[in-house]
Amino acid sequence: MMSYCKEIAVGFWSLLAGMAVTIRYFVKPIVTVQYPREKLQMSPNYRGYPQFVINPETKTHKCIACEMCARMCPSQLITVEGTKFPGEKQKRATRYLHEHQYCSLCGLCVEVCPTNALEFSTDYRLAGYRREDCVLDHLVLLQKRQQALNLAVTPIPTAAEIEAAIAAEAAAKAAKEEEAKAKAKAAAEAKKAAEAQEAPAKEEKE
Amino acid sequence: MELMAYFLGSEGARMIVGLIGVIALVSVNALFLIWMERKVSAHMQLRPGPMEVGWHGTIQTVADAVKLMGKELITPEEVDKPIYWLAPVVIFLPVLLSFLVIPFSETWIIKDLNVGIILILGFSTLAVLAILMAGWSSNNKYAVFGAIRSVAQNVAYEIPLLITVMSVILMVGSFKLSDIVAAQSRYWFVAVQPLAFTLYIICATAETNRAPFDLPEAESELVAGFHTEYSGMRFALFFLAEYTNMFIVSAIATVLFLGGWRGPFLPGVIWFLLKVYAIIFLIMWFRWTFPRVRFDQLVTFAWKILIPLAFVNLLITALVLKIR
Repeated sequence: MMSYCKEIAVGFWSLLAGMAVTIRYFVKPIVTVQYPREKLQMSPNYRGYPQFVINPETKTHKCIACEMCARMCPSQLITVEGTKFPGEKQKRATRYLHEHQYCSLCGLCVEVCPTNALEFSTDYRLAGYRREDCVLDHLVLLQKRQQALNLAVTPIPTAAEIEAAIAAEAAAKAAKEEEAKAKAKAAAEAKKAAEAQEAPAKEEKE
Repeated sequence: MELMAYFLGSEGARMIVGLIGVIALVSVNALFLIWMERKVSAHMQLRPGPMEVGWHGTIQTVADAVKLMGKELITPEEVDKPIYWLAPVVIFLPVLLSFLVIPFSETWIIKDLNVGIILILGFSTLAVLAILMAGWSSNNKYAVFGAIRSVAQNVAYEIPLLITVMSVILMVGSFKLSDIVAAQSRYWFVAVQPLAFTLYIICATAETNRAPFDLPEAESELVAGFHTEYSGMRFALFFLAEYTNMFIVSAIATVLFLGGWRGPFLPGVIWFLLKVYAIIFLIMWFRWTFPRVRFDQLVTFAWKILIPLAFVNLLITALVLKIR
């Protein structure tokens, strides 16, 4: 009889304890974010798609089109094209396509980049209507971010500009080769002259 | 107001106006309760609940009702057709009739019968018949299981429910609901009958097939229980009846234990509805706190705990009344 009463009392108390828990949650503020109207601030460590780092000094990207990322990519989804423009020391990317629909976000491109030109973006809105919407053009994305940050926009070289740059480069190379040839010729002649001078001396010894 | 009284003076006009009012109340109440249930459950889980249709989703249930009305009424091939078609009507009619005797305020009562409480309890028992009809005629094993469970559960929980009501009736000496309210002019009966109130709320939860006693429609085991095969407005009638039953048991609890429409400052109707919705909130609070009981636990709980306690309560009430 005692145990029966105790069981009822303990059971009733446990019910009240449970109800106390739920009513506490009932009055707590809700945690849901009403997505299209509210957005969460993403953590800087968020690993979205790779994008160009904006160099704080030059306010543009640091890609030298070495194609290390394209070689390293396990899905082979990166296309990089670059040209050396006249008056510049290094090559510079003229086209950088990232086919994000194949990307596994392994981050090897970011790891391998010799100039640290790539970083992970914090963008999570990646929905598109077509497969082609998933292809990210990094130079276009960079321009958009520069506009958002009120920076000077890095122009994307047109095909004509690239051809001109290649031609100028070829011309410069040819000129250099010519110069080198001329130099080599001059050196050879100088050597000959020196040998000619040395020859009578040798004969004298003998 | 005088014109109203002139019309309401005649019994027939009073009935018609009352019935229209009741049908309006039943539909609005169901729409409101579904919204309230979704909001209560959402906030207990730290969610906002429906937010899109109307201010804080207030007319979400209206949209749902319109969708349900637009749906096809499917009658499966193998069902027992007359009973299958009759069951939603049978579950809904007694629910309407129960409103006949509920006193919303001193004057807002359609017909103050002297067997009021017996009438309500008698009609609410008819719901079991409708559930059995629906489950059996559906020719579906889940529906039959749900109906069988419902019958066993209602038979078990009807007994302590009636005994607790009896202890209040003993104190008043009348089955008339207006007399019961009048008897609580000094204090509410919940103050002297806390055990009876607790037992009544538990039994009422079980009677309306609400969680944690929702075995007849346990969705993780029986799909939807007795109304698995119903669609469209027929399903909506079962749903409507469930929520209206909640209102009715809460109204009885208000009349029996919380002093009916009595209360300071506000008009009687407002007090009555406030108390009713407070009890409905309590029942919803149960649903989002307690997990569903097993069937053996359900029956053991009724026969081993609720019925003995109800009898003890009745005996003590009778003794106290006799000695005093």
